[in-house]
Amino acid sequence: MKSAARRIWGLVYRHVCMYRRSWPRLAEIAYWPTLELLIWGFTANFFSRDIHAGSPILAGAALIAGVLLWEIVLRAQIGVTLSFMEEIWSRNLGHLFVSPLRPAELVLALLAVSAIRTCIGLLPATIIAFLLYHYDLFAPGPVMVLFFFNLLFMGWWVALGIVALLFRYGAGAEALAWTIAFGITPVACVFYPLASLPAWLQPVAQALPAAHIFEGLRALLLNGHTDWGQLAMAAWLNMLWMLAAIAVFGAEFRRARILGALISIGE
Amino acid sequence: MAYPAAYPQAMQAIRAESLTKRYPETLAVDNLSFTLERGKILGLLGGNGAGKTTTISMLLGLLVPTSGRITVLGHDMAKNRFAALARMNFSSPYISLPARLTVWENLEVYGHLYNVPKLQSRIGQLAEQFRLTGLLNRRAGELSAGQKTRVALAKSFLNQPELLLLDEPTASLDPDTGDYVRTALEEYRAETGAAILLASHNMAEVERLCDEVVMMKQGRVADRGTPAELIARYGREDMEEVFLHIARSEAL
Repeated sequence: MKSAARRIWGLVYRHVCMYRRSWPRLAEIAYWPTLELLIWGFTANFFSRDIHAGSPILAGAALIAGVLLWEIVLRAQIGVTLSFMEEIWSRNLGHLFVSPLRPAELVLALLAVSAIRTCIGLLPATIIAFLLYHYDLFAPGPVMVLFFFNLLFMGWWVALGIVALLFRYGAGAEALAWTIAFGITPVACVFYPLASLPAWLQPVAQALPAAHIFEGLRALLLNGHTDWGQLAMAAWLNMLWMLAAIAVFGAEFRRARILGALISIGE
Repeated sequence: MAYPAAYPQAMQAIRAESLTKRYPETLAVDNLSFTLERGKILGLLGGNGAGKTTTISMLLGLLVPTSGRITVLGHDMAKNRFAALARMNFSSPYISLPARLTVWENLEVYGHLYNVPKLQSRIGQLAEQFRLTGLLNRRAGELSAGQKTRVALAKSFLNQPELLLLDEPTASLDPDTGDYVRTALEEYRAETGAAILLASHNMAEVERLCDEVVMMKQGRVADRGTPAELIARYGREDMEEVFLHIARSEAL
């Protein structure tokens, strides 16, 4: 157990070394969440001040919360896939896979790097949201931790699926790392309620934890009550999707060892 | 080199039995069998496409054989490869270390992965052994090809492996450093009783280091024996000529 933890730390340390020396890389982690927050925050301000229907201030808050929280999924996913692609780009996978590092330990290390990156990335945006828009992400209380972890998990299983595709299709599939989570956004119901989607698309959205998380978030911000049913459904779906992602990851890793893709993945 | 059961299995660092690797359109390795005893250096030779890299990849667990069995340091690689991987190591100039990390950081990372005790002092020893002391704070990506090869070798020695798999260990090294590395390999083998599998195109190096040689061609064993035996068998002056003879002959 101790040596497993040390191996996981070894790989996390590899990324810490890389980031601590490169301010552009460090800045990049926070750049997109901050930029998104600024764009949507000002948009939300506009709605809050100038549009007089329903409860515009709360709707603005829901929009800002949506922007901030959806970034958790995006950052968590990119944190895993980018760290994995760093190993492809540096042609280091050959050394890693002939070390005693188990695939599960590799995954845990990637998740740990992702969690660190996500926290670092969101911190400036959260502070800016408070300073510029007087929006306190944590005002609803400890329940926000459940929203956070649900979204983190969603980012992780999406990322594991992408890493599995990288095993199958090699570095040629790296564009997926940047596009898949963004592609999910329309059915994640981040900025609008589930009812806004056409009826035929709603089951697709409901199969994703994000739709339940953001329905729950809107209920919390607009009506002040925690919809535990939505949170529980999100957690349940996350678990199912995570198990599926782990199964696909394992299958693609085994396939890569049979076809020799671990040797040629960077080519 | 006797195969398969002339030596007790406990003395074998590698035991490859009837290894075959078949891809949809290629037979990369065809029914390959050999053993490597502890304390010995075995040369795995052959031209490009002979199946050396595929064989090494299977020995390292990177690639699953289509059929056959590999036992490394007593561990069946199909069932318990991580126990073997912790006791062996690998170096190749064709697989890089992270370019943005310094030499020291790279060695630290791999020291953690191999659970190396007293890591700082071990890195210090290796830096001295492989003439890396002045390079420890340089990024791996800034090093010359020869310097990178030395760093990769230092990485492969980190866990004091009982089995070393070395692909072109002296590629890109100047003659002085190349000779220094060969001496280091000889000394390491003598001091620790480690076994070394060496893939090299430097036939002088093979003659100097290898106790035995397996010559591969088209995925199969073309011949095997000590360098002296092979030179005598083909009536040649040295291993370079033996290599050329086997590589250019029609028959397998």
